[in-house]
Amino acid sequence: MIAEAGHYALVLALALALIQSTVPILGARLGDPALMNVARSTALAQLAFVAASFAALVTLHVTSDFSVANVFENSHSLKPLIYKITGVWGNHEGSMLLWVSILALFGGLVAAFGNNLPLSLRAHVLAVQAWIASAFYLFILITSNPFLRIADPPIEGRDLNPVLQDIGLAVHPPMLYLGYVGFSISFSFAIAALIEGRIDAAWARWVRPWTLVAWIFLTLGIAMGSYWAYYELGWGGWWFWDPVENASLMPWLAGTALLHSALVMEKRNALKVWSVLLSILTFSLSLLGTFLVRSGVLTSVHAFANDPARGVFILLILCIFIGGSLTLFAGRASALKQGGLFAPISREGALVLNNLFLTTACATVFIGTLYPLALEVLTGDKISVGAPFFNLTFAPLFVPLMVAVPFGPMLAWKRGDLLGAAQRLLAAGVAALVVLALVWAWTGGGSTLAPLAIGLGVFVIAGALSDLAERTGAFRMPLAIVARRAAGLPRSTWGSAFAHAGVGVALIGIVCETTWNSEYIATMRPDDIAKVAGYDLRLDGLRQQQGPNFREMIARFTVGLDGERLAVMTPSKRNFTTRDASTTEAALLTRGFSQLYISLGELTGDGAIAVRVYHKPLVLLIWFGPVLMAFGGLMSLSDRRLRVGAPKPAKALRGLQAAE
Amino acid sequence: MTRKQRRLTIIGGSLAVLALAAALVLNAMRDSIVFFSTPTMVAEKHILPGRRFRLGGLVQPGTLKRGDSLAVTFEVADGGAKLPVAYRGILPDLFREGQGVVAEGALDASGVFRADTVLAKHDETYMPKDVADALKKQGHWKDDYGTKANAGASQTAQGAAQGVKQ
Repeated sequence: MIAEAGHYALVLALALALIQSTVPILGARLGDPALMNVARSTALAQLAFVAASFAALVTLHVTSDFSVANVFENSHSLKPLIYKITGVWGNHEGSMLLWVSILALFGGLVAAFGNNLPLSLRAHVLAVQAWIASAFYLFILITSNPFLRIADPPIEGRDLNPVLQDIGLAVHPPMLYLGYVGFSISFSFAIAALIEGRIDAAWARWVRPWTLVAWIFLTLGIAMGSYWAYYELGWGGWWFWDPVENASLMPWLAGTALLHSALVMEKRNALKVWSVLLSILTFSLSLLGTFLVRSGVLTSVHAFANDPARGVFILLILCIFIGGSLTLFAGRASALKQGGLFAPISREGALVLNNLFLTTACATVFIGTLYPLALEVLTGDKISVGAPFFNLTFAPLFVPLMVAVPFGPMLAWKRGDLLGAAQRLLAAGVAALVVLALVWAWTGGGSTLAPLAIGLGVFVIAGALSDLAERTGAFRMPLAIVARRAAGLPRSTWGSAFAHAGVGVALIGIVCETTWNSEYIATMRPDDIAKVAGYDLRLDGLRQQQGPNFREMIARFTVGLDGERLAVMTPSKRNFTTRDASTTEAALLTRGFSQLYISLGELTGDGAIAVRVYHKPLVLLIWFGPVLMAFGGLMSLSDRRLRVGAPKPAKALRGLQAAE
Repeated sequence: MTRKQRRLTIIGGSLAVLALAAALVLNAMRDSIVFFSTPTMVAEKHILPGRRFRLGGLVQPGTLKRGDSLAVTFEVADGGAKLPVAYRGILPDLFREGQGVVAEGALDASGVFRADTVLAKHDETYMPKDVADALKKQGHWKDDYGTKANAGASQTAQGAAQGVKQ
């Protein structure tokens, strides 16, 4: 009964989406406010129905109704409650339902809070949202219906893939989808602007907060996924340049570029056409990511059993939306007037440089990800493009970007003073050189690249701090004035300083982890001692334990440093009988920002066990950096300018625009 | 600066960055790409020792031998040919005899494949896609895989076959 209700609610949501995608457009053509307002009510109703449908699937999973194929395939009555809930999106059908639910959520938010939007713009935006929604409802109902019943219901389910039975599944996919799908809003705004043929600074002011929200979630989602892979897969790696990871990185790079270009558009009314194109590209890359992960062209922990019909359907959606939007862009972009002139050396120029490097870096990731697929389709040769390729292309493109980051906020709009900016960054540069020299001396002059990269990271962080110091007058003025100035500083300034510092922090973490991590692999017997990076790890013994739906072998290690007993670490290996699969649960010991990491291999015949121990210096900075970036984004989002609502769009008086 | 000069500066800068990126990509393409082969393809193509590639196939049941300090040897077969593989380290959780595997490394002078990575990149049916495709192409998919696989693996083997059939 619940399954049928959920299915029915989904069909109704599709019907509402179809109305929402046509009637408001008609209303805008006819100039009829009543028809345009249909968009608002249908968007809210659609959200209600898809939420009901999602709630139905959650209920089915929680009550372990194995007469539903999706529950049977991915659940087990003994599974803990939290994994019964998260298991809803731990499979293809459920995760697509989550995807459309979030899409409807964003549509609903625009409908509910977009009261100050011009009526026709809101109608167009919501209609475009509904086009996307309709396509994905059809996809779910035709190829991936989660509510299908099984003729003779089995007693027990097949359980969720053990790797996914982790708290990471509760956080990572919803975050990532909030990011991916959040970019649909800027896409819809871009398409609406192209349809209406007008775009101005007010448009950018509406788009920026939505893009920022999506970007914050995507940043956290990627970081969370990376940390999850780090502790769950047991290899101690945190980024593999796997196509699925790249699929989430590409929209992030394009979205970061969009954040910055929208800034130029909002403040200076320039880069309009480029911002619109970036909005389209960002969401297209999100769609591409969905295609890569969901179509089964790739194999990874993210790919659930696939069938080709799904791949073809998503490819079709992909072609229609990307092809259609780019065609519209080609036809209408010339109608959007360019404005706001600037010299190459200026804040705008710096942001253009940022966009240039981000999109180029994004393009190299795109090539590295899709080239193997293209080659296989064209020639049948199978190749793999791995970390070496990306280290050789992505990294060199990121270095000049990082050097430029501190300069950007120091330059004035329209015409900047590079020499002045360099003088103000002198302290940051000196700090970077000092750290570089210290690191180089301390590590005994081993690798030169690592100290240089750390110096670059310090430069970015110190640059962000000197920007704040410059603006508040710190070190120059009395403390009271500095405090008052700091309080008066726009939150977006704080936000960008935090976000930029976050990039530097992450860079330092990445460099330290990859350069100085120490690894120890051996077979150990009880009472054996492993020495890693100054720590002594003594294997005390092994024991067996029964979990709710698995058997577990737990090893107990006592960790000591300089003869002093520090802590006990208990890595384990779990065996899930229902799927005949095992997972490795690594044990982590955090010391400052560094971590000790133990994961277990298999038992040998004579009671010894294979053990892998890593010491990862400053590894936590890798994820602390993105958290800092997201926090910066959040501060920027709370900026007064975005809170008080966007001003009315400029009147269509083009004659007054500055012409040089 | 005139408007034209400004525009030219920006376009010139963009082209320079794009050219740099293209050069980087082409350079990386030449050095860092790894091809995928099955044991049969290795036998046919005479891959030179030292040339890195990815080897995919099934772990031949009964060939897994563990030596001292985590040294492992096993044979990878694809129905047509077999290739001995040597590896040192911990095998991934999903490594089983009779099931699919992908290893990266190079042949040594004696014709043994020295793997430095053994991949655990399986989907939920425990079959690497590259391996499944290669086996299907050679016609060794269901019959060979289903019967040769030992009892413990047969259940998942059926799962894999079903996964492909759907």
